[in-house]
Amino acid sequence: MNTSQKSKDRFQRMVKEVSPNSAVVKNCVKAFFSGGLICCFGQFLTDVFGKIGASKDDAGMYTTAALIFLGVLLTGLGVYDKIGKHTGAGSVVPITGFANSMAAPAVEFKKEGMIMGIGAKMFLVAGPVIVYGLITSVAVGVLYYIFGR
Amino acid sequence: MQKKKGGQSVIFQYPVTIKSTASIVGPKEGQGPLRDYFDLTLDDVMAGQKTWEKAESKIVEDAMNLAVKNSGFDNSHIDFVIAGDLLNQSTATTFGVMGMKIPLFGIFGACSTFGEGLGLGAMLIDGGFAKNVLVGASSHFCSAERQFRSPLELGGQRPPTASWTVTGAGCAVLSNAGEKPYITGFTAGRVIDMGITDANNMGAAMAPAVVDTLVNHFKDFNRNPAYYDVIATGDLGYIGHELVVRLMSEEGFNMSENYTDCGIQIFDRETQDTHVGGSGCGCSASAFSGYYYKKIKQGEIKSMLLIPTGALLSQTSQQQGSNIPGIAHAVVIESSRQDR
Repeated sequence: MNTSQKSKDRFQRMVKEVSPNSAVVKNCVKAFFSGGLICCFGQFLTDVFGKIGASKDDAGMYTTAALIFLGVLLTGLGVYDKIGKHTGAGSVVPITGFANSMAAPAVEFKKEGMIMGIGAKMFLVAGPVIVYGLITSVAVGVLYYIFGR
Repeated sequence: MQKKKGGQSVIFQYPVTIKSTASIVGPKEGQGPLRDYFDLTLDDVMAGQKTWEKAESKIVEDAMNLAVKNSGFDNSHIDFVIAGDLLNQSTATTFGVMGMKIPLFGIFGACSTFGEGLGLGAMLIDGGFAKNVLVGASSHFCSAERQFRSPLELGGQRPPTASWTVTGAGCAVLSNAGEKPYITGFTAGRVIDMGITDANNMGAAMAPAVVDTLVNHFKDFNRNPAYYDVIATGDLGYIGHELVVRLMSEEGFNMSENYTDCGIQIFDRETQDTHVGGSGCGCSASAFSGYYYKKIKQGEIKSMLLIPTGALLSQTSQQQGSNIPGIAHAVVIESSRQDR
């Protein structure tokens, strides 16, 4: 096999030609509606909590907790990944996806014990989100402190 | 007699027969097109164990023992075991064969391990270092996913170029005495890197290694693809298969007649949601031990070139941005030996 740079470039073009692309448009449409559906459900919960007497802030908090609970429950039941196969980003981006990203490693690494398994591996997927989320929020806070007031 | 042939190949002077095989697969593989050929299909991927890794070891243990039983030997007749898997430090193999009390050569060739094992085992026998050698390889969808990719319950989408790791093990007892089929030649593969970095397109990463091994095999043995009834790669899937056909055509070889891939054969593309096909050490090992061995025994196939293929990556090499090189070993299996 000729492994010169020219052959590599040629081969990689051939690979692109032969490999099917993800169905981007179809996936986007599915993600848009499934993600929207989860958000509508969240709004529904907020309204219900409001109706039964929760303040606006409390209703939002209860909704967050309820969605996280559902995300974890569906992960534990082995259903969330089957939904995610079809909905893609639609079920990754809402808070249920965040719950899934914490619960999935927890389930997976249970066999390695409470400390090195669940404890150490739970943030395997969500860790970077938290780290860079925090850094970004601090940076935005500093900018707000200087320019925003 | 000179046993080394050409640049990368060896030819066996004495008969090396495949005395018996055994294949054990998971439930998904047991629903695939080759379901009637496996010795045993598991009801549950846990194989009665508490973890996936232990399940894989159990599959290895059972398949190894079954292969020995099918050969009519007992463990004391087997001189060496040559085996490997995909898990870090090959623990599926080491824990699996521990109870057999047979000396072990643990090998790693990624998903090409079964081919590497057959080649080395045949050399040991032809060289007079062993009478009987047990060869095997295994993989497990769940243990591989967690080691190479992400937790199983994580909700995401697999790209259309991804393959599905086979849960299963295939083992073969090689012997210096017995009937067909024989291993008559072997071409060892080189590590070939064509700059592929996408771990979700491993067929593309491995196809150039197949072409390199095939071209050298045909040159070393002075043969062409038509010499064989079947040429079967290990786990290239549909994309890798197409790439091999195209690249070989550029090299002047027609592969469109008798060339297939174990990864394509083991799953049904339409109904099993496996995208480009099966992969893993267990793919070629179980497909050969289950399907091809029986077809050769029955006389439907008289000569085949089995080319298990490996994508050489680890999670670390991936995270550090390294390319994914490939490797492929070609084993010549025939129902008769020409007099030498």
